Amino acid sequence: MPILEIEHLQKAYGDTHILHDINISIEPGDFLVLVGPSGCGKSTLLNCIAGLEPITGGTIRIAGRDVTGVSPKDRDIAMVFQSYALYPTMSVARNITFGMQVRGVDKATQERKLAEVARQLQIEPLLNRKPGQLSGGQRQRVAMGRALVRDPALFLFDEPLSNLDAKLRVSMRTEIKKLHQDLNASIVYVTHDQIEAMTLATRIVVMKGGVIQQIGTPAEIYNKPANMFVADFMGSPAMNLIPARARAEGGQTRIEIDRPGDAPLVIVDPVARDLPTEIVLGVRPEDIHEATGNAHLPGTAQAASSDVLIEIVEPAGADTFAVTHLGGKPVTARLRAESAVQARQPFPLAFDLSKVSYFSPKDGQRLN
Amino acid sequence: MTSNTVLRWGLYGILILFAAFYLMPLFVMLTTSLKSLEEIRTGSLLALPREITFAPWAEAWSTACAGTQCEGLRPFFWNSVLMAVPAVAISTVIGALNGYVFAQWRFKGANLFFAMILFGCFIPFQVVLLPMAQMLGFMGLAGTIPGLIFVHVIYGIGFTTLFFRNYYVTIPQELVRAAKVDGAGFFRIFWSIFLPLSLPIITVSVIWQFTQIWNDFLFGVSFSGPGSQPVTVALNNIVNSTTGVKAYNVDMAAAIIAALPTLLVYVVAGKYFIRGLTAGSVKG
Amino acid sequence: MEWLERNVPKLVLAPSFVAILVFVYGFIAWTAWISFTRSRLMPRYELDGFIQYERLFAAPRWDVAMNNLFIFGGLFILFSMVIGLVLAILLDQKIRAEGVLRTIYLYPMALSLIVTGTAWKWILNPGLGLQEMVRGWGFENFTFDWLIRPDMAIYTIVLAAVWQASGFVMALFLAGLRSVDTEIIRAAQVDGIPTHRIYSAIIIPTMAPIFLSAFIVLAHLAIKAFDLVIALTGGGPGYATDLPATYMYAMAFSRGDLGQAASSAMIMMMVVFAIVVPYLYSELRPRRDQ
Repeated sequence: MPILEIEHLQKAYGDTHILHDINISIEPGDFLVLVGPSGCGKSTLLNCIAGLEPITGGTIRIAGRDVTGVSPKDRDIAMVFQSYALYPTMSVARNITFGMQVRGVDKATQERKLAEVARQLQIEPLLNRKPGQLSGGQRQRVAMGRALVRDPALFLFDEPLSNLDAKLRVSMRTEIKKLHQDLNASIVYVTHDQIEAMTLATRIVVMKGGVIQQIGTPAEIYNKPANMFVADFMGSPAMNLIPARARAEGGQTRIEIDRPGDAPLVIVDPVARDLPTEIVLGVRPEDIHEATGNAHLPGTAQAASSDVLIEIVEPAGADTFAVTHLGGKPVTARLRAESAVQARQPFPLAFDLSKVSYFSPKDGQRLN
Repeated sequence: MTSNTVLRWGLYGILILFAAFYLMPLFVMLTTSLKSLEEIRTGSLLALPREITFAPWAEAWSTACAGTQCEGLRPFFWNSVLMAVPAVAISTVIGALNGYVFAQWRFKGANLFFAMILFGCFIPFQVVLLPMAQMLGFMGLAGTIPGLIFVHVIYGIGFTTLFFRNYYVTIPQELVRAAKVDGAGFFRIFWSIFLPLSLPIITVSVIWQFTQIWNDFLFGVSFSGPGSQPVTVALNNIVNSTTGVKAYNVDMAAAIIAALPTLLVYVVAGKYFIRGLTAGSVKG
Repeated sequence: MEWLERNVPKLVLAPSFVAILVFVYGFIAWTAWISFTRSRLMPRYELDGFIQYERLFAAPRWDVAMNNLFIFGGLFILFSMVIGLVLAILLDQKIRAEGVLRTIYLYPMALSLIVTGTAWKWILNPGLGLQEMVRGWGFENFTFDWLIRPDMAIYTIVLAAVWQASGFVMALFLAGLRSVDTEIIRAAQVDGIPTHRIYSAIIIPTMAPIFLSAFIVLAHLAIKAFDLVIALTGGGPGYATDLPATYMYAMAFSRGDLGQAASSAMIMMMVVFAIVVPYLYSELRPRRDQ
């Protein structure tokens, strides 16, 4: 039985539609991440799941129970907020037990659960402090503690790491992942950070303008983006999206890409594909390699190589990024750190055609 | 001396001159109230009293004549207390709840209603004076202290609501959301989360309302009866009493007595007083 | 139960809503209605056109009151603003004992206008007050009898009102000066711009909204001015210092002329609204926070 099932959910303020026909279903133990640029409706969707925002149409089921009109407190959920929303005048201990107190849980149980959660999150020394006396990371833990004591069917996280500095964010990310594994909890998690989405999720929902663009595992989303928006949004540096022309040619596909001051670059995909003439070629930076003479690239018999003029070289420690211009767009390649690539010099690059995506320039949809 | 230090001295000179200008009336009131009538007639306005006498204070407090009533300010002072305390308390409680709704529980039409309230803060009270007089008569509250309390509460709600609303909008809405998920309702959230945070704004609201109501004259003179006049009305009556010799020292003592409560509030809690003034005047 | 839970916020606001609707808007409507009738001592409800307004504009006393309003309002706002701004700028120069000075400048705002009027009435009375004191210093011909001169008495009201409110304007401006981004000021100092230019070219222009607020508050105080006139001059000599507020009061409670009282109150409200409505509109409009 799915732990969360959303069917045909609609949300509108007057004539402004915030969410269009949302359908999502996840199993117990799933870590679902809603990701998208700001204003895509992901937080609104989370608030709808929580019951903090009324919905205009559709149904929401949590653990098999229809909770569409049910108030937040009766949905068997717990939520961690972006600002943590700790009650400022209450001690950490009271923050964590407030919900149980409101629900009339007996004192002994409150104490036991508080101790349990405090130990789990290592916040025992903080229990008598006020939120104002805590660091960002500590507040974050308390907010999670407040959610954990509820032991709910579903956890909801609204950008919980966005207020932390970069280093803390990475370590908290790991901790949340560990918590998920230890508790085998079901989680819906909102973020605008695609790396957070990739590292945490078992399933990702990519949203834009209140419409779901793609639902899938992190690998599916990364390797087979459903459209150009997803391709561009997920991954850093972003996938190169290069306007090109395609032609079927004797069981192969011949692809031509314009480049400045030179004849078009021609690469040949050894697979016959049913493509329109005008296409957009999507290739991730790590799938563009240095073409090293006749040496084979690992597992890439389908590489097509050519010399291109390199414009900028950005060494980044583990890798070196080289930027060139193809099809009127800047194109980034992720090369080995010790690569001899130089700016303003031609350099041989090879495309791993087993991993490229083809998109329609008209509607941005994936073609292969 | 460099030109800079000259400038500095000049600066302090001007500032002190202004301080003298603001303090002068208070000084004159105080010294005059401690002089005998004889000394007032012969001495100079700014001179310190040669012989300090508290007789004018005693007279102002318990025997001076306001109109035909010669009991001093005392009964009217208590009228003001009896009027101000409940009116301040009630309007602050209502304002707190209203502000809480406006800031954290928005609903359709709330903005329009808030604009209506804000608008109401600015009306000249003259425009409600006549119908209110009728209404108080109709309700049997004309010329009574409960009547004055009612009027002050009604026309105080606008400001108290504004104060609390502006304070509570700075509290993130996620707090209410978190509490809702925790299972708390409207009043529980107010009581457990918002009220403990509200001490500063309660202070501002109480001080503002107290100053407004204590210092009010228009409602007092329009709606009070002989037994329910507030201290400002009585002070004006004492000063304008035409019977007998003009006792300036008594007038001044009476004026200070009438001013004392708000002055005390200002000295003790000036910070909150200023915050109320600026919050009450600078936008929503 | 569900219904109750969902509608608690509205139910909490409901009493205030009804109160504001009846006691503010309903009462304004009532006063407006009366202003179009021939009501005298008792309210009458048969409409009779603009008769009250015609009477009002024909009354010399109302004429004086409106004139006084413009003189008093204009000077009161001007002097309060200038003094307030000067004091704020002077206090902004890292002054020792700033707190004490601020407290002194602002305390009149805590006083009842009746107290203020009583004090100034005593100070300005020609018999024993300021005039007599200066004469006592040897300036035998010194006269300062504005309080009892019909053509000058209105200025004593300006004086007392400025004394009362200018400290408040100072507090407003000082808060404004302090809220200007210090980085901008540092940048200007690094650029070698002299202090007076920093004020005139950078700080004061960014304070435009505060000027507006101060103006609105002062204008509003001026139009409502009532207590001070009653305590200081009683509207006299004669009715030389009448303001619309005292005119309205006299008509309502001593002359028993409800029609005049209502129509003068309506004019007062219109003057207030002419100033406040554009302000409130501009304050409320751009705030579409979601």
